Amino acid sequence: MSLLGFAKWLAETQWSIALHESLWVYPLVESTHVWALALFFGFATVLDLRLLSLALTQVPVSEVAKRLLPWTIAGFIVMIVTGALLFYAIPVRTYQSIFFRVKVFLLIVAGINVWVFHSTIWLRVAEWDRDPVTPKRARFAGAASLVLWVCIIFAGRMIAYNWFDCDRQPQPPIVNWAAGCVVEPE
Amino acid sequence: MLLPLFEWFELTTVGEIIRTSTWLFPFIEAFHLVAFGVVGGAVLLVDLRLIGLAFRSQPVAQVAQEMKPWLQRGVAVAVVSGSLLFVSESVKCYYSEAFWIKITGLFFALIFTFTIRRKVSMAEAGSIGPVWGRVVGVVSIGLWATVAWGGRWIGFS
Repeated sequence: MSLLGFAKWLAETQWSIALHESLWVYPLVESTHVWALALFFGFATVLDLRLLSLALTQVPVSEVAKRLLPWTIAGFIVMIVTGALLFYAIPVRTYQSIFFRVKVFLLIVAGINVWVFHSTIWLRVAEWDRDPVTPKRARFAGAASLVLWVCIIFAGRMIAYNWFDCDRQPQPPIVNWAAGCVVEPE
Repeated sequence: MLLPLFEWFELTTVGEIIRTSTWLFPFIEAFHLVAFGVVGGAVLLVDLRLIGLAFRSQPVAQVAQEMKPWLQRGVAVAVVSGSLLFVSESVKCYYSEAFWIKITGLFFALIFTFTIRRKVSMAEAGSIGPVWGRVVGVVSIGLWATVAWGGRWIGFS
């Protein structure tokens, strides 16, 4: 089954329809997604600012990470669960949304950033834990994370707008390609 | 009484430009969301410390002091972007319950944050009982959560 086929199948399931049509549950899930953003993005930002030596500079980096990560992870789990539910409520349109695709791509890049950071400079954190200026690679990871998450928020917010939706034809070929629109030849 | 004022907001050049533009409103809105995230992080970190759930190895005052500039920056960007969003659709806001819930919540959240909460969080360790810290932390989270909820809900009405 293609991904589009899978999205179409999801859209037909009973719970997807119920969620989509629900007057209260959908907005509640959406609000929870935004609440969790304050926790996840807010704490990730504090950690990134620490990596950039711009906040909590009196506290060792490892200490900041140790204290913040459980909360950040909790926020991330809520983000993923509510985000998945939001996708499940509107699968086909979301799958064919350029902004959603950009968001998923950036999420993967953000994940790679975390992975690279944790498997390189972070392994030697004891050496620079209290340095007034953190090493270049740590600063790069912090800056990249900040930029990526701001872009992810932008992309996520834009999913709500239908400028590039597949049912709004004609669209430039590049839009139809990027969104994976199935356009009937005239 | 407020309606004519809100109608006038929409007619201002700024309101007009944002309302007639396709991209401006979503763009400012995304900024608003980022600022909200920064405020959320700065507020939650100190609140969780007050409640005693995070950063217990650091004194409350230190955490509060470190977060203060980011809280102020976040609030500044959120208020400016929020005002821009508001003038572009102030009549809709006038009739939106969510908007009034949010504004009321924001009013109390800001006053609370910059008076009682500041005093309690900046106090010397031990000078204020732990129960007070917890109460202040919980109230703060409740107020800001109301602001976030009301704000998100404006878009659904």
